[in-house]
Amino acid sequence: MNRQTRKSGRRSPVASVALLLVGLFATGGAYAAFTATTASASVDLSSPEVINQGQKLFAANCATCHGQQAQGTQNGPSLIGVGAASVDFQVGTGRMPMQASGPQAPSKPVQFEDSQIKALAAYVASLAPGPAIPSESQISGGDVAAGGELFRINCAMCHNVAGAGGALTEGKYAPVLKGVAPVHVYEAMLTGPQNMPAFNDLNLSPEDKKNIIAYLQYNEQNPSAGGLELGSLGPVSEGLFLWIFGLGGIVALTVWITAKSN
Amino acid sequence: MSITSAPEQKGFIASASNYLDERTSISGAVKEFGRKIFPDHWSFLLGEVALYSFVIILLSGSFLTFFFQASMTPVEYAGSYVPLRGVEMSAAMSSTLDISFDIRGGLLMRQIHHWAALLFVAAIGLHMLRVFFTGAFRKPRELNWAIGFVLFVLAMAEGFTGYSLPDDLLSGNGLRIIDGMMNAVPVVGTWITFLLFGGEFPGNDIVGRLYTLHILLLPAMVLIFIVLHLMFVVIHKHTQYPGPGKTEQNVVGYPVLPVYAAKAGGFFFLVFGVIALIAATVTINPIWNYGPYDPSPVSAGTQPDWYIGFADGALRLMPPGLETVWLGYTWSWNILIPILVLVVFLLLTFIYPYVEAWVTGDKREHHLLDRPRNAPVRTAFGAAGVTFYAVLWAAASSDIIATHFKVTMEGVINTLQALLILGPIVAFMVTKRVCLALQKKDREMVLHGFETGRIVRLPGGEFVEVHEQLDEYTRWQLVSFNDNAPLQLKPNPVGKITASARFRVAMSRFFFEDRIAPVSPKEYQAALEHSSH
Ligand code: HEC
Ligand code: HEC
Repeated sequence: MNRQTRKSGRRSPVASVALLLVGLFATGGAYAAFTATTASASVDLSSPEVINQGQKLFAANCATCHGQQAQGTQNGPSLIGVGAASVDFQVGTGRMPMQASGPQAPSKPVQFEDSQIKALAAYVASLAPGPAIPSESQISGGDVAAGGELFRINCAMCHNVAGAGGALTEGKYAPVLKGVAPVHVYEAMLTGPQNMPAFNDLNLSPEDKKNIIAYLQYNEQNPSAGGLELGSLGPVSEGLFLWIFGLGGIVALTVWITAKSN
Repeated sequence: MSITSAPEQKGFIASASNYLDERTSISGAVKEFGRKIFPDHWSFLLGEVALYSFVIILLSGSFLTFFFQASMTPVEYAGSYVPLRGVEMSAAMSSTLDISFDIRGGLLMRQIHHWAALLFVAAIGLHMLRVFFTGAFRKPRELNWAIGFVLFVLAMAEGFTGYSLPDDLLSGNGLRIIDGMMNAVPVVGTWITFLLFGGEFPGNDIVGRLYTLHILLLPAMVLIFIVLHLMFVVIHKHTQYPGPGKTEQNVVGYPVLPVYAAKAGGFFFLVFGVIALIAATVTINPIWNYGPYDPSPVSAGTQPDWYIGFADGALRLMPPGLETVWLGYTWSWNILIPILVLVVFLLLTFIYPYVEAWVTGDKREHHLLDRPRNAPVRTAFGAAGVTFYAVLWAAASSDIIATHFKVTMEGVINTLQALLILGPIVAFMVTKRVCLALQKKDREMVLHGFETGRIVRLPGGEFVEVHEQLDEYTRWQLVSFNDNAPLQLKPNPVGKITASARFRVAMSRFFFEDRIAPVSPKEYQAALEHSSH
């Protein structure tokens, strides 16, 4: 009896689990909606209003480092001629506005909405011609096998064959490529952010870029056939795993076996 | 004349064993071997883990040979792994991909084989550490230490040749480093690599040659050395930890038959189970990511398997720019010095038992193990060696340490360079001090008993803590150890003091100058009397 009344007085545990799930789905869904940056043709980058909006955002958020006319200051390079692609990449991956100086500006949670990013890109693109944001057709439908070969030759020395990232000198690093939107991959190749070389269209043709993106997408959608990937870091993580879990587990078993007899 | 007939046997097993025995006289051997006693301690099972891993490697490896093609003939991959379809690669790589994606159970077998190989070398390493730190390598087992060491090197060679077989990017990069190391050898280096690779690296022969080594020569040698190793274990009988009732003349434990054999058999399946579990759930060496070998690309995070890591680390820690041109040759000290360091390190490991035997001048047999604290300098040397190895090992993952701990690669390398020199020295000193302190504590416990935490007020008002004597069994463990005093400098029969005698005495002083002698019965008696006052 007592139990019954108590139960009705409180929320059932199932209810809180359900609530939690609803909450997670809602935030997760919203997050996915916000971060799903595809090459949006919906914003017209040449419209004066958009450029105007971009200029205002730029003055408020970027001018301290890049200058009122994006001409550059001691704290940041000139953005004249870097093009919409560069801005879309830098702001769309959260690298800009930069927060702290260091060997490399890391990607962080994105601070602007998609339309604002496009406005900033439109403003910078209006200053001088530069690489444009790639369209949907430029980043989908590539050849996975050709992309894999190109990736191993052009990117793996910095980003690792599985895109697991790698170290460069003086604290710089090539980041992990898992979870990077295709459009940002394209823009990274096109503009060569920070310590990454730019791959212009003579280096890697638009077709090649598309293939590389297809390869990265394939890897992301097809987890390893062999099971857990251990960060795809190769023999180091395999060795650590073996010593800690393999040999560790077996030593625990030896202790167990010999303890039984005593 | 009477004909003696064997007593009538009943039952299939009885008659079958009788049949066998009458033709092989095997019962004697079974009796002899079955009565062998094995002491029970978890650390005595590490060698067994290595043995079982080897059996698992043999079984899974045989499966792989059914499908692997050790050929560098170029083919166009047409299997089911999409990102490599249509890519040109060697038949070795293509067949390894087929094993991974198109042959039932193939990937599991590959992963069992590779994980078991990692475990094999790791278990050998841990087993060697156990043998070292307990002094199990002392007479009469010095030879078995040498055999075990050879097994360790063979295991690394087995691992490395296996790692190179699939002819993927990672294995090719590994071979490229070997090629570079051989090229650094003065005068003959280039000739040797041309001989090995059948021409300019990578050539068309290396996979086939490594295959022969990997599945024929090296396993045969491992097998022979394992047999020798185990024969010596049986001949010498097993060592045991000191304890009540355990002496240099006996072995306390379980007979092989039936207890130990049953346990060991069960343990085999446990080891197999652990490996199978790991292999079924965790990827190892995803060659499909690496793609076929091509001399131009190198992936970030390219490392050898863990057991070759120390060699890779030695190369990475070498400061750059150490080449000299002399006699018309380039002398690549940046490669030769690391090779030399590795060879010396391995050599020291190999000869340590003989060095210690010479320093102590001890000709007795030892079947009772040392507790590590009771051989402070040996334990300290061991700790220094482990530190040295660990630093080299860490250096092999310098890039991964840099990215994952957000530090600079140069910082990691410079720190490890300093640690490589200072680490072993500090480890030596600290370990030796810790051992001596532990010995002091043991002595204290034997002489004055242990603190009970019971505080008693004496009639005079004084408070004292009651100490209680150890029980006999524990005391035995603490007082019965081998004590080595430094040797005295004595003239030889001819009346001369040779330089080698001087050196030996100096070494002996280094080993045994700081020592805590075990409590003698006299001291113990005196302490007892004192405490009863
Ligand atoms: C704290 C100073 C700072 C702020 C604020 C900042 N940036 Fe930057 N930005 C930099 C620096 C420094 C670099 C150069 C980084 C490098 O290449 O190593 C840079 C680089 C860039 C680049 C790449 C230039 C190229 O050559 O491709 C773009 C685009 C960019 N910033 C856009 C922006 C935008 C848009 C904003 C405002 C939302 C912004 N930045 C805010 C400091 C800043
Ligand atoms: C010389 C080394 C190097 C090479 C080669 C290289 N990258 Fe990068 N990559 C970098 C570095 C460094 C960064 C980080 C730049 C930054 O933070 O602005 C980076 C960043 C990226 C990013 C952004 C990741 C993120 O987290 O937002 C992508 C995508 C990328 N690279 C793709 C590629 C592709 C594709 C190739 C081959 C065509 C390639 N990279 C070749 C060094 C390299």
